[in-house]
Amino acid sequence: MRLRRLTAVSSLASVGATDGDADRIAAAGRAARSEGAMRPDNSVWTGVCLMAPLLCFLAIVYVAPFLGVAAWSVTLPKLGLGQYERLVGDPLVFSVFVRTFRICLIVTIVSVAAAYAIAYVWVRGTRLERRLVEFCILIPFWISILTRAFGWLALLSNRGLVNSWLEAAGLIAAPLPLAYQEFSVVLGITHVLTPFAVFPLASSMRSVDERVLLAARGLGASRLRIFWRVFLPMTASGVVGAALIVFVFTLGFFVTPAILGGGRSIMAAELVWLRMFQSPDWGLGAAISVTLVALVGALMAALFRLARPALIGGSR
Amino acid sequence: MIQRPGPIALLLAGLVSAFMLAPLLAVVPISFTPARFLTMPHGHLSLIHYRELIDDPDWARSILLSLRIGVVASAIATALALAFSLGVWMIQPRFAALMVGFVLLPMIAPPIVSAMTLYFFLTSLSEVSGAIGYDTWFGVTIAHVVMITPFAVVMILVALAQVDRRIDLAARGLGASALQRIFKVILPNIRFGVMMAALMAFFLSWEEIGVTLFITSVNAITLPRLMWMGVHDNIDPAVAAISVVLIVITTLALVGRMALQREEIV
Repeated sequence: MRLRRLTAVSSLASVGATDGDADRIAAAGRAARSEGAMRPDNSVWTGVCLMAPLLCFLAIVYVAPFLGVAAWSVTLPKLGLGQYERLVGDPLVFSVFVRTFRICLIVTIVSVAAAYAIAYVWVRGTRLERRLVEFCILIPFWISILTRAFGWLALLSNRGLVNSWLEAAGLIAAPLPLAYQEFSVVLGITHVLTPFAVFPLASSMRSVDERVLLAARGLGASRLRIFWRVFLPMTASGVVGAALIVFVFTLGFFVTPAILGGGRSIMAAELVWLRMFQSPDWGLGAAISVTLVALVGALMAALFRLARPALIGGSR
Repeated sequence: MIQRPGPIALLLAGLVSAFMLAPLLAVVPISFTPARFLTMPHGHLSLIHYRELIDDPDWARSILLSLRIGVVASAIATALALAFSLGVWMIQPRFAALMVGFVLLPMIAPPIVSAMTLYFFLTSLSEVSGAIGYDTWFGVTIAHVVMITPFAVVMILVALAQVDRRIDLAARGLGASALQRIFKVILPNIRFGVMMAALMAFFLSWEEIGVTLFITSVNAITLPRLMWMGVHDNIDPAVAAISVVLIVITTLALVGRMALQREEIV
């Protein structure tokens, strides 16, 4: 109704009004607008009422308690930045952070490379090949990380599959210490995060212009050369996006490292857990949490700057 | 014409695929071991660990608790997410991106941080009443709602992005009220997406462990919490048995979906 009136006013204006008419037109416009303001479009209120519950819920249940945790980090056991100094000053805490970053780097490189091979076949393979890799990537993706961690223990522990086979084959006399090492932690996390790296990679590969590859082939480039000089650079944004996702997820990962590290290869998130439930040192746990949030926030900001095209499905 | 992957690419992808399936296959023989600890069966197969799943009431109890929490949490999460997404879609507020980012925080923040935050919240709530805070099914449900709602928001926003705004504008021009527009025009168009969001939310609650671990101790033992005890605290081959059951269900569901699906995802 209001829309129709405004249209009428503007059509009146366009008919070619004199100066005196202009005042009346402006008055009519003001009247139409103020009528709109007096009887507000109720969809705005509906919209606000619809958004409010979730925003309030998260403010109470998530944001306020997080501020509480942040307060712990500067008040427990006494007021000050002492806990943050320990992050670099305490050799144990510092070594945990160094290990965490080392594992993050290794996992990122390995899983992005592994995901690249999978995504390549998933996007460019024949129908059967696509189905097979899709199956191999989606089945683990939908299975609980507890089951998968248990699977790695079944493979790697002293009486597990690998050691049993090697012993039966007479290759080793005593079981190899494969589980409860940084090695098993890296394998376990890589296994969890590889599927997450596949999706952005596949989406950037799908948007590669086939004609460019054809041109390279027509000009006589070998397969390997086409891959290194044309295909890989064209999917670089996908690689960056996948790497950041894997790195960020690894940084705060708790469950898989806690199981496969066996208390020996402790990462930052597990240190929080230990400091909360084994040797109560909540201030340090809170300080690590706040630091992790800051790191993840910085990395996510970088992700949205650099790799937005890869995430929303195209690097055109 | 697309140049299909060469032998090197296929070999590498095959190796990675084997790596992805290996730990899932490895639990199968372990689940048939007659021993009480993690070892290979060595020619002697036994079903005692499957029997234990039925005989030990803890497993049934934790499965029922997980189902209950999953249903309640996903219902609340879907409702909150649906309302929020509809609001954002309908009025397109100036700070829409900021608000969506705010709502997605629990998905982006490291799970350990969410765990500590929710531990803080639920222990504070326990001081109000012991029945609704730390280590209660109600507390776990609230925590799960926080953790799964962002995923539901993402899925519903994606569904809404497919809706043609002109349909809504037409309804508005013909004088439909906001509620009529929601129930008669928008919701019928995103039905499928909302259903998928609810399913996803249920699934995420069903297997949530990172936060659950921090906010439960002895009373509210969900299935993943029970499995955690059988993997982390001591190695119990019954976990292999329940894992095999879950793997079989997941595989059947996925194969069924792939068989039903006519066109390719790619």
